[in-house]
Amino acid sequence: MSQKALPYLLLLPATAFLCVFFLYPFALVAVEAFTGPNGPTLDHFQNMIGYWKFPTTFWNTVLLAAAVVPVQTVMALGMASVVAKMEKGRSAVLYILTIPLGISDLAAGIIWLAIFDQSGFLNSILHSFGLVSQPVMFLGYQNKAVIFLAVALAEIWRATAIMLVIIVAGMGLIPKEYYEAAEVFGASPWQRFIKVTLPLLRPSLQTALILRTILAFEVFAVVAALGGTNLPVLMGETYNWQFNLQDHNVAAAYALVILAISIGFTLFFLRTLRVPREAQI
Amino acid sequence: MTDATQPIAAARPDRRRAAKLLFGATIVLFCAWVLVPIYLLAVNTLSSPEEVTGFPKRFFPSFDLASMRFFIEFAGVGRALWNSIMTASITMVLAVLIGAPAGYALSRFDFPGKNLFRVLVLMTRAFPLPLLALPLAVMFIRVGLDDTVFGLALVHTTLALPFAVLITFSLFSGVPIELEEAAWTLGCTRLGAFRKVVMPLVMPGLAASAVFAFVISWNEVFAAAVLTIKNRTLTAFLLQSLDVSPLPLKFAGGAVLVIPALIFIFAVRKYLFAMWGIANR
Repeated sequence: MSQKALPYLLLLPATAFLCVFFLYPFALVAVEAFTGPNGPTLDHFQNMIGYWKFPTTFWNTVLLAAAVVPVQTVMALGMASVVAKMEKGRSAVLYILTIPLGISDLAAGIIWLAIFDQSGFLNSILHSFGLVSQPVMFLGYQNKAVIFLAVALAEIWRATAIMLVIIVAGMGLIPKEYYEAAEVFGASPWQRFIKVTLPLLRPSLQTALILRTILAFEVFAVVAALGGTNLPVLMGETYNWQFNLQDHNVAAAYALVILAISIGFTLFFLRTLRVPREAQI
Repeated sequence: MTDATQPIAAARPDRRRAAKLLFGATIVLFCAWVLVPIYLLAVNTLSSPEEVTGFPKRFFPSFDLASMRFFIEFAGVGRALWNSIMTASITMVLAVLIGAPAGYALSRFDFPGKNLFRVLVLMTRAFPLPLLALPLAVMFIRVGLDDTVFGLALVHTTLALPFAVLITFSLFSGVPIELEEAAWTLGCTRLGAFRKVVMPLVMPGLAASAVFAFVISWNEVFAAAVLTIKNRTLTAFLLQSLDVSPLPLKFAGGAVLVIPALIFIFAVRKYLFAMWGIANR
């Protein structure tokens, strides 16, 4: 076998797999979203947007992402900075903080259901402090704001770990000399964080933000566990159209909306957090 | 602040101790934020069904296994559990078998088209991959893979493959090519050198990436719910019975989803950060 062919041979299975199960299906979705019985059409998008639930669904998802992602970024940065300063027990704390990384979004939803449910722990705490006499129904349809809060908390709880891991890995790549130099010049810890850590962390922050934002728009099982149909989100509606309303074309249109948002945010973060080649460490 | 009135020398140790205390408190708070919700789920799982639905709740488990027994004996749970394990195992094997050769090729060879492949792998990150299930549901009906564990495993492999490629790429990059070259000069074939020299060195990391693929599949909800009807995985089963199943069933199910995650994250904790450090690039 010639040496030249070997790398291609090794790449062949992965490439073929991604073509068949990644590129081709996404092309199929696009085709399905734009074709009707009589050729190309925008009907499915009109059906989707015209459905009474669409505006709520869209804005719920956007608001959730807008509420969750910034909080997670700040929390992950805070956790990573604290852990970086630890001398003893660092790996134990890191293990604990990364546990949610392995927890399914459905399980996370169920975990927070144990807290917010009518017979849940939040009610029990409020009761033991004498704040409520009867258990409150937090997750009922009259309490959309509470459902939103519960979902946001569960999402923050579950998915901060992924940002943390990326940021901790990124912080490990920053040369110690930069901090020593900053200290010599009398920079306070806060100044060191703002002037050294943040700028040098840009590639990691970029990855973390892209990944997290895309996942935030894919929120599904957490909402299903906590809100049911009271808080419709894009992915849940996709599922709903595919199964309950049995309209695969509209489901495909929803998929394209999520896809467009994801690609839009990826390009946005790639641009705004770009690191010039000569500035890379 | 009363600092101004006190002698500075006396204020310093006080301040330092306060800072240390604050630092410790922050760490404890972060850990509690992750652990307390999991603890509460454990309390619910280890209490009898009457206690789970009762109010107010106790904050300690009664170590009653009735909830767990109820879950295990519930119709369909055993099957779903088995399907989950099968899907995750197939995903694990496929992701490593297809991903590792690609990772090796990327780390050892320079060839035209290398960047194109990297772009293809990185592109998967900007796409909401679970949506692949929609077009694949139709495709699978055509080829007879609908509602099968293997079909679902193919979709999950698409989710896990980019990670497998990037992780194995970093693993193989960590093995100096000189070691392989030395083996060649001593009469090993390329394959022989790979098996005898490279494999033993990357084995633990390869196992970690396999575990990671397993967890990705084990936790996935959307594609599993779309693609399986009779052969539901545990996540799909729990999702589809959310509206109808009693609380103890949900909590026990959630706990069963979480337990492997805890073990697996513990098993791969050493590789977690190395993995993401490289995946940044």
